[in-house]
Amino acid sequence: MIQPGLYQILFISTALFFIGIYGFFTRRNLITILMSVELVLNSVNLNFIAFNKYLWPNRLDGVFFTIFIIAIAAAEAATAIAIIINLYRSHQSIDVENAEEMKY
Amino acid sequence: MNLLLLILIPLFTAIAVLLMRNPQHIKWVALTGATTQFITALWLLLAYQNERAAGNHFQMLFEQRYNLFTSWHISFHLGVDGISTAMILLTAFVVIAGVLVSWKMTKMTKEFYFLLILLSLGAYGFFISLDLFILFFFLEIAVIPKYLLIGIWGSGNKEYSANKLALMLMGGSALVLVGLLGLYFNSPERTFDLIRLSEIGISTETQKICFPLLFIGFGVFTALFPFHTWVPDGHSSAPTAGSMFLAGISMKLGGYGCLRVATYLMPAGAKEYANIIIVLSSIAILYGAFTTLMQKDLKYMNAYSSVSHCGFVLLGISMLTKTSMTGAVMQMISHGLMTALFFAVIGMIYERTHTRQINEMSGLLKVMPFISTIFFIVGFCSLGLPGLSGFVAEMTIFMGSWEHPDAFHRIATIVACLSIVVTAVYILRAIGKTAMGPLKEGYANLTDASWNEKLAAVILVAGIIAIGCAPFWLNNLVGPDTQLIMQKILLTQ
Amino acid sequence: MPNVTYITLIPLLPMAGFIMLGIFGRKYFKNTSGIIGTVLLLISTMLAIHTAYGYFFEYGKLDGIYQKMIPLHYTWLEFSKGVSIDMGIILDPISVMMLVVVTFVSLMVHIYSLSYMKGEERFPTYYAFLGLFSFSMLGLVLSSNIFQIYIFWELVGVSSFLLIGYYYNKPNAVAACKKAFIVTRFADVGFLIGILILSFYAGTLDFNLLIQKLTSPEASEFKNAVTTSFLGLSGLTWGLILVFIGGAGKSAMFPLHIWLPDAMEGPTPVSALIHAATMVVAGVFLVARLFPVFSMSTTALNLISYVGIISALIAAIIACTQTDIKRILAFSTMSQIGFMMFALGVSGFGGENGIGFTASLFHLFTHALFKALLFLCAGTVIHYIHSNEVKDMGGLRKYLPITHISFLIACLSIAGIPPFSGFFSKEEILLAAFQHNIIIYFAALITSGLTAFYIFRLYFHIFWNKPAIVKSDHKREGGLSMILPLILLSIGAAVAGFIPFGHFVSSDGSTLENTLHIEFSIAPVILGLTGIFAAMWLYLKQNNRPQKIAASMSVLYNIVYRKFYIDELYLFVTKKILFKLVGRPAAWFDKNIVDGLVNLTGNATEYISNKIKVVQSGKVQQYAMYFLFGIIGLAVLFIYIWK
Repeated sequence: MIQPGLYQILFISTALFFIGIYGFFTRRNLITILMSVELVLNSVNLNFIAFNKYLWPNRLDGVFFTIFIIAIAAAEAATAIAIIINLYRSHQSIDVENAEEMKY
Repeated sequence: MNLLLLILIPLFTAIAVLLMRNPQHIKWVALTGATTQFITALWLLLAYQNERAAGNHFQMLFEQRYNLFTSWHISFHLGVDGISTAMILLTAFVVIAGVLVSWKMTKMTKEFYFLLILLSLGAYGFFISLDLFILFFFLEIAVIPKYLLIGIWGSGNKEYSANKLALMLMGGSALVLVGLLGLYFNSPERTFDLIRLSEIGISTETQKICFPLLFIGFGVFTALFPFHTWVPDGHSSAPTAGSMFLAGISMKLGGYGCLRVATYLMPAGAKEYANIIIVLSSIAILYGAFTTLMQKDLKYMNAYSSVSHCGFVLLGISMLTKTSMTGAVMQMISHGLMTALFFAVIGMIYERTHTRQINEMSGLLKVMPFISTIFFIVGFCSLGLPGLSGFVAEMTIFMGSWEHPDAFHRIATIVACLSIVVTAVYILRAIGKTAMGPLKEGYANLTDASWNEKLAAVILVAGIIAIGCAPFWLNNLVGPDTQLIMQKILLTQ
Repeated sequence: MPNVTYITLIPLLPMAGFIMLGIFGRKYFKNTSGIIGTVLLLISTMLAIHTAYGYFFEYGKLDGIYQKMIPLHYTWLEFSKGVSIDMGIILDPISVMMLVVVTFVSLMVHIYSLSYMKGEERFPTYYAFLGLFSFSMLGLVLSSNIFQIYIFWELVGVSSFLLIGYYYNKPNAVAACKKAFIVTRFADVGFLIGILILSFYAGTLDFNLLIQKLTSPEASEFKNAVTTSFLGLSGLTWGLILVFIGGAGKSAMFPLHIWLPDAMEGPTPVSALIHAATMVVAGVFLVARLFPVFSMSTTALNLISYVGIISALIAAIIACTQTDIKRILAFSTMSQIGFMMFALGVSGFGGENGIGFTASLFHLFTHALFKALLFLCAGTVIHYIHSNEVKDMGGLRKYLPITHISFLIACLSIAGIPPFSGFFSKEEILLAAFQHNIIIYFAALITSGLTAFYIFRLYFHIFWNKPAIVKSDHKREGGLSMILPLILLSIGAAVAGFIPFGHFVSSDGSTLENTLHIEFSIAPVILGLTGIFAAMWLYLKQNNRPQKIAASMSVLYNIVYRKFYIDELYLFVTKKILFKLVGRPAAWFDKNIVDGLVNLTGNATEYISNKIKVVQSGKVQQYAMYFLFGIIGLAVLFIYIWK
């Protein structure tokens, strides 16, 4: 079995990042947008883990950060879903265009 | 004499007012608080004079210092000299009169009195602090209640006036803050302590930048031309006690700041910019007087006349002689008492006739002899009748200004002198139209002042006459300290 | 020198009356206030006479010269070292003389008002104001400090304002009191600046020191004051002219006289006291007080002479055409004060040169007596007829006999007919003018002829002319309190001329012999008699001669009748120029430009934020796009460009 090198992992995380960005920009459904954001976050997580493993194998900083980000992502998802549900209640839709009127 | 009393009494009164439920009790608590303040202020005056008579020659008396933020050299430093004693006395007079005048306030009584007392707290704190940081802190405390007082209890275009007043005063205090920080970071020793700063001195370059910032910043409070337009709108929209506090106390914060902070700390800057300020204040004096001539609303009239009278304060300060500065302080006290009384009288008249338009009233002397007599007295004070405080202050400023032999200062003085004619015209016009003349129809049933209004008026009139008939005590109180400021100015070349 | 502390009581007693009656009068002294005021003033008068006796005959003289003494003073407000307002008392011949005049006339008026003002609703207030006035006027004459005189100067102004506006529900009275106050206030600014100038040069406000420093040619202060020049006049002259402007305003000199005729809206006894006998001569008193300094400046003295004679002449001419009894007397007052003024102007300082000075104050003294008498008589007449217009009067000699005799004495006195008091003082003035300036002498001669004419025109109009139309049936001449002052003042007006005035009052305090030259007196007396006969011919019986004469010079008559349109000119200047061209633009400027700028700042902020809020579109993805490109931009910036 071929051990994946740093470059491969970085490639995957970059791909994941741009897929997330793409989804974030193109989707209209708020849930999908939220999922895209998760993709972006996870690509960052991958990066942290990879760098930790390949560059400073005896330290755990990267792992800590990853766990930190997962925790925050969970909180963020909870908040976001709460907002989305509220939006759905008032607008009967979770289309991002409908959220526009929340500006000033 | 513990100066903390001056802060603690209003503080406890404010807390007590907040805890009360019954509006009737609130009034009495507020009045008790104001009376205690009044007595404390009188006590302070006596204690101060005793100390001086006993030969205490420190610049500041009753000093107290508590470290607040040691690393930034901010301390809670209190102390008074003659000027601040006089200003505290003024505040006490205006506060007790203001509380008495708003006795019939029914709308949100608790909040109203709370804000009034908070404002007085800010003023007392401002006058006794010797640390620029807490001085600024108290300045802001004195500004914010005014916004609410006008916005909630005001009349007419009150939102506009409240916004305008708050924004302009905030703009002024922003300048003050910038100037203070400039002083702090550019002094050889990072300190906010006023006395320390004046001892170590500030470099001339810094003074040249910070002086205009501070003077204009405080000047906005004292209606420095052309930053005076908050005065008419603010005063005319404010409730009676609000106008009294605004004109009687708040405008004096600026004058005190100009003298104590700007001129005292930065004599070189004061010398540099004196001529510009003289021009601006001369304009304010005469132009304010002429503008007053055209006003039809009593409150607008008095507000514009305040612009003119406060011009005298700034003129006195910027003339940079001992006499003129003493005159400026006297004018602050005199104008504070007088204009507070004026607004109180206007409020009393408005409560009864429901109009403030000069042309719509006539013959009030017949039905309201007491109020009209007070109106006469305060009008005469405004136009500088001897025996009342306005005369003493104005003449001291004129004499001080005339000490400069050059044409520029002479012309400024003559311009200021001319304003007393214009003042006579607008005051007599107002008195002649409202108090005198045949009684207007439908006015026959109007009542004269009630006990609280009489008491308020008598207190302020007593102050006016005490200065007008015996100015020497005020002169002796203030003179040595303006002399100190003057010495610093003379030392700088 | 004996203890003279009691002199302070002379002004303070009326002041006590003012405070007491002003605060408690309405409640507690509704009816007794008159008595209280009168008694207080009576005590003052007795003290004043005592002082005068003591000063003139006991302790005033040192080596035959009356001294200027300041027996007591204390610092009231110290401006800087040596310059302070002191409250003090000065005793010198003029102040002592004025003390007697003011208290005496004031007492007469107090007594007279007891029945004249009876039944007025604000009776206590009236006596309170009279007390305030007496206090201020007495303070003024006793002032030892030039600023002290200014203080009392303003106070008499305000008492005059209050008393003119006593009938506050009459719009005319309100307008008149405002006018009086504002015009004199305008002049007072001149006085104030004059004080500033003089005190600047002298370095003191004290009269004695000031005079000393500004009159000795070797003092550095004097040299300074004379050598500095501004617009061709020396600093000293400017100061004196400005001080004189203040005096001219209070003394109703041309062109600041417009307030005096209107001031007659006040109660008549007040006119007698304030606008005839005492306050209006304050200007003369002021010049006399500073006379040693004035005598150092010929320009200032010339100005005084010309202003005086022009006022005297103009007022006498206007008085010939007026129909309101009090206004005629007002113009007559102005004319007589003009006499006093130019007498000071033509006077020199010291010894025989100072005859004008003595004459002026002598005339002030006699004028106070006979003019107060004229006004009080007019008061009785008005009280009886209930009208001010001469056309409503006539033939009153039978109904008001005592008034008639008193009025006649006063008229003869003012017309300068011997042996009445006015004759002596006027002769002296004319003599001084003759010695000094012949133009002024002739103008003064014409004026004194006119004086005789207009005053007898008034006399005949009231007491002769047509038969009386008597409507009222109440007591004819009022009570004793209205008759007594008339009798006392008549005696004064008749015999006061025999007082050897020069023995007491002269420019330098030394004795000046009154010299009466019979041959010199012939011309004025004949002219006076001519005036009287002309008035008799025209007005003794009802006829149409006056109308004919008026019609034959209708243009001229109208101009004079409208008082040379000076009032209209003032109205034009104030209403059209000050209000419309200064006040209104100032208010407009403030509202639109200054306040406009403030609002502009607010509006501009609002406008800009309105414009840029479009960026805040609400599209989440758009924000993210900005964010992304921003990050990329920054990354490029930091990595490649800003290394």
